[in-house]
Amino acid sequence: MTALHYQLRVNGRAHDVRDAHVGESLLGVLRDRLGLYGTKGACEQGECGSCSVLVDGTLVCACLVLAASAMGAAITTIEGISPDGVLTDVQKAFVDCGAVQCGFCTPGLVIAVQHLLEQNPAPTELELKEALSGNICRCTGYGRIFAAVDAVVELRSAR
Amino acid sequence: MSITIPKTLADVYAALDDDADAQILAGGTDFMVEVNFGHRRPTSVVALGAVRELRGWRRDGDTLVIGGGCTYRELQEPAFATLVPALAVAARTVGSPQIRNVGTIGGNVATASPAGDTLPVLAALDATITLGSSRGVRHVTLPEFIVGPKRTTRIAGEVIVDVRVPVLDGPQEYLKIGTRNAMVIAVADLALVVDRRGRTVRCALGSVGPTVLRATEAETWAREQIDWSSGSIAAADALCAEFGQLAATSARPIDDHRSTAAYRRRGVEVLAARAFRRVLARMGDGR
Repeated sequence: MTALHYQLRVNGRAHDVRDAHVGESLLGVLRDRLGLYGTKGACEQGECGSCSVLVDGTLVCACLVLAASAMGAAITTIEGISPDGVLTDVQKAFVDCGAVQCGFCTPGLVIAVQHLLEQNPAPTELELKEALSGNICRCTGYGRIFAAVDAVVELRSAR
Repeated sequence: MSITIPKTLADVYAALDDDADAQILAGGTDFMVEVNFGHRRPTSVVALGAVRELRGWRRDGDTLVIGGGCTYRELQEPAFATLVPALAVAARTVGSPQIRNVGTIGGNVATASPAGDTLPVLAALDATITLGSSRGVRHVTLPEFIVGPKRTTRIAGEVIVDVRVPVLDGPQEYLKIGTRNAMVIAVADLALVVDRRGRTVRCALGSVGPTVLRATEAETWAREQIDWSSGSIAAADALCAEFGQLAATSARPIDDHRSTAAYRRRGVEVLAARAFRRVLARMGDGR
């Protein structure tokens, strides 16, 4: 059986994926082949949202994406949402509001929040809860995460 | 080992004819779980994501033709929700935004899980499934297609091209029981639609049998209770309870890791009564 070779475009850079198995998930390829450890893996069944990334601007669980099927797509991970060493306003608000405890869910949540606020700059409480319903955090109880989102909304609307 | 990403249906058919054992990949939200857990080790995959003909939905008279690749996210949109509200509500209860962004109606039908969230609605609407292959297309009803848990009558080389549902005049409900509002596989779910023009009440139950079940006894009874000229019903409270009890007799639930048969049957009773009450309250409305 011959192995697969293909390219993935991640954070604007082309990466070769060689000697791959067709069943590999995007999560597995990002972490184990490309060394992009910002995307976390936990449930591997689409329930926890820790592996949230953008594929062509769509929020998805990387564990449920067949990596080879994403060739040609623009993939954005947490490493690609801002230049090295610079925090986005969402990341800064997470820090300032204490929305990070163990931090495992944080990359997925930051991606999900950035994506939400691009589409809906001023979500209602219900819209916010529904938008983040696929990202599980077992530390914060969500209060500080919602506070961080509110802070970003306020900051952006004041600009 | 191969992956094919065709851009047209014709190329999908050709790829499936070349390799009858190829795994068809739609949104991947069921398939990848099985792969990740080692239950499947695919060697060749035909991915449908780039096929434009499978995307979106269109209205053709009183029929909606929903592309097999239409995502739950698209089914939630207002333009669709006003036409088939129960299907939009069912779509909104699927997983999370991440799942709804990629999961498709064609995938939900093809996976044929007893807990597929859109399936009770499709059953209540008497949906038809269009299967395409290099040999042409055929149309089958949902019960003709899904014949058991994860068992369908799909023939090698076929793909779900679209799902067709009627645009009905009358209120609709979809209700689901699970452990939370999001990210949950149904313990029991139910769709109830009224066709005012055809003077029928149609009710389908999910997660309480090997396939979706129609509550035919409750349907027949309900149809006789309603005064179709005024759209009203007398002594509604007692009748809602009776509708619930009748619907529960059609359930064939089992005990499993997600719930017990007794809880599921009781769940159907409560959901059916609630859905019937809500539907009756809107019988006189324009929609």
